[in-house]
Amino acid sequence: MTGRPLKQIHLAAHFPGVNNTTVWTDPASRSQIEFSSFRHLAETAERGKFDFFFLAEGLRLREVKGRIHDLDVVGRPESITVLNALAAVTDRLGLAATVNATFNEPYELARRLASLDHLSEGRAAWNVVTSSDAFTGENFRRGGYLDRADRYTRAAEFVRLAREFWDADGAQVRHAGPQFDVTGTLSLPRPPQGHPVVIQAGDSEEGREFAASAADVIFSRHSTLEAGQAFHADVKRRLAAYGRKPDDLKIMPGVTYVLGDTDADAHERAAEIRRAQVGPRTAIAFLEQVWGVDLSDHDPDGPLPAADPVPDSELVQGRTRLGDPLEIAARWRATAAEKNLTTRELVIELTGRQSFIGSASTVAAQLDEHVQNDAADGFILVPHLTPGGLDDFVDQVVPLLQERGVFRTEYTGRTLREHLGLPSPAGG
Amino acid sequence: MPRQLHFSAALDSPGHVRADHYTALARAAERATLDFVTLDDSFTAAPHRPDALAAFARLAPATGRIGLVPAVTTTHTEPFHTSISVNTLDWVSEGRAGWLVTVSGTEEEARAFGRRPVAPPPELWAEAADAVEVAARLWDSWEDDAEIRDIATGRFIDREKLHYTDFQGRYFSVRGPSITPRPPQGRPVVVVALAADDLPERTALATRYADVVLLDAPGPDAARAAADRLRLQAGEQLRILLRLGLALPDRAAADALTERIARTGGVDGFHLVPADPGRDLAAFADRVAPALRARGLLRARYTGRTLRDHLGLARPASRYAAGPDPVAATAPAATRSPAEVSR
Ligand SMILES: Cc1cc2nc3c(=O)[nH]c(=O)nc-3n(C[C@H](O)[C@H](O)[C@H](O)COP(=O)(O)O)c2cc1C
Repeated sequence: MTGRPLKQIHLAAHFPGVNNTTVWTDPASRSQIEFSSFRHLAETAERGKFDFFFLAEGLRLREVKGRIHDLDVVGRPESITVLNALAAVTDRLGLAATVNATFNEPYELARRLASLDHLSEGRAAWNVVTSSDAFTGENFRRGGYLDRADRYTRAAEFVRLAREFWDADGAQVRHAGPQFDVTGTLSLPRPPQGHPVVIQAGDSEEGREFAASAADVIFSRHSTLEAGQAFHADVKRRLAAYGRKPDDLKIMPGVTYVLGDTDADAHERAAEIRRAQVGPRTAIAFLEQVWGVDLSDHDPDGPLPAADPVPDSELVQGRTRLGDPLEIAARWRATAAEKNLTTRELVIELTGRQSFIGSASTVAAQLDEHVQNDAADGFILVPHLTPGGLDDFVDQVVPLLQERGVFRTEYTGRTLREHLGLPSPAGG
Repeated sequence: MPRQLHFSAALDSPGHVRADHYTALARAAERATLDFVTLDDSFTAAPHRPDALAAFARLAPATGRIGLVPAVTTTHTEPFHTSISVNTLDWVSEGRAGWLVTVSGTEEEARAFGRRPVAPPPELWAEAADAVEVAARLWDSWEDDAEIRDIATGRFIDREKLHYTDFQGRYFSVRGPSITPRPPQGRPVVVVALAADDLPERTALATRYADVVLLDAPGPDAARAAADRLRLQAGEQLRILLRLGLALPDRAAADALTERIARTGGVDGFHLVPADPGRDLAAFADRVAPALRARGLLRARYTGRTLRDHLGLARPASRYAAGPDPVAATAPAATRSPAEVSR
């Protein structure tokens, strides 16, 4: 870093709701659905001067072998409704909702997001996701009618149209495009932020291009330094084609962290957490996702199954496909052999999602290193405990980042756009 | 001692999009110990207002006891989204949510979605009934004790207590179960606005699914007759609140209103529709409410926590709770009694 001013880190808090990120067996684990839990995490994030609070979305419960998956935390509220309630108990914190562009309509969602932006005085964000599997579609009028290739086509026009509604400032919008043919008028003035912040969270070529053209923030999953730098460079390079500057798009990987008094303590705790997250049955369920067959009789403490996976199986529903099962199995077998791992140990190794482990000062230094070296512009922190999982980070790591001069000590802006240093969209 | 009446009020105030405006109104209604407040909605340009459910979610943590009943239309909105949104309002308000069921019957709204042409009201209300049925099934789809956190077996939920709704209707189908656990009230309170001589489809929805009817009637006699008719069809659990214009510029108007309320019989209470919400709700809280309390017609303070408590309505059991066999998935909707469906 030769004389370059320090980059400022952006921080967001992911509410650890469903899936096996959360260690629900921990005695400190509380409700994932009661409002007090959302309130606690949001208040903690605001105490830590975070940019925003983030909620994920899943519109159908996961299934394994045709039955509802019962090992992980399930049960979540509707995001925008929770965020409106949180707007009453917070003052500056941005409020980000993941909302699917496939199972919603532009007029209605534009209005709901504009309402959130007004009711929170400029703190709304929308994480645009596009999953379109027929499995989720069974809960909706239209069903799973969108081809994979069409998802981002619809999403891109959806976002464009939403912005037309926001820009119209209560005037009529006429839009006739390939995806949508609508004429409507929002009952609200232009949102305080102009446009609520748009976040994108897909990793494909189409997803990256969509983000470069239309998103303000990318919620990425590349949390190592090298992968982060490659992703950062790739996505920022795409911006020029859309007349945008590198700073107009913030890259914020979703990351976990484990703190300890010393680095060794933290690593010990991290291993415990991993074992709690991947119990014997969870390990088998993970395997079944690739093998596509019932493996209830397989010993989690033994080697991987001898038989090959069954491609194109619909055994597991509601989870992103990982790739070609035969290839994956071959890769896993090689890893298990090389490191001499049992089935469960292998799953723990493969699903290791702990990005930053160490004492508070180690973690603060690592986060800073990633940002200063352009692997990220900030982080969406995914704690493993609901709702107290962010307390230690805010108490221990935030002050160190502030001392380093890379994180705000007070909010300087009012709106989420101001926190993120994003340009205000030109008026419509 | 006379029977206590139920009161609610509309917070509709065209032109307002800020949260503090609605919070102030809801707090005035809470000072008057009303059962609940309503907020209208539509997908039209005018009047200027936010999404009703959003506005009420925003003021839930800013109020303590008052019930929150936003209008949500069923015509263009996905039933699954409506169910989880109203459910979530119940979670964030800790049991104070209701749903004022409405439809979108205008060309303007249909074009804003561009999904389907405008349909005639009987069809829209028949579809609304399906949307309420689906919502109720989804609310029930998690039994109350579905979350078990059983460390011994590693199971967070007992999946036998989660149920597919498997609704297949003329307008849509929904597989279920909900992604949102059963709301604190079991089912948020279903409210339908109805005129004394309304469409058969809208009346059918009300008598079958509503916990509360907001009744429009041309006079006290018509109101009593309509209320009797509704009760005959729906049963004694239905709360019928007569819609009453509220304009309280001075003390004389407040006294006259108190007398009128005390004289009107045959209904369970009143839905107040203020001419000027800021002025009239404060005047009601300061002048009318104390007079009604003195006569034993209005609660002195909230004794319950949830909107169902205020209305004297029992918390319903999940229809699926009786056993593993999902009743609603096998019995055709039309053959089930209303009691089974909405209470
Ligand atoms: C970090 C991250 C978080 C995501 N969160 C959600 C989510 O909460 N809900 C959802 O439906 N999809 C979520 N997705 C899925 C993406 O939005 C997208 O639909 C998926 O990655 C497939 O798109 P792609 O082919 O561009 O990767 C997430 C993806 C990433 C990378």
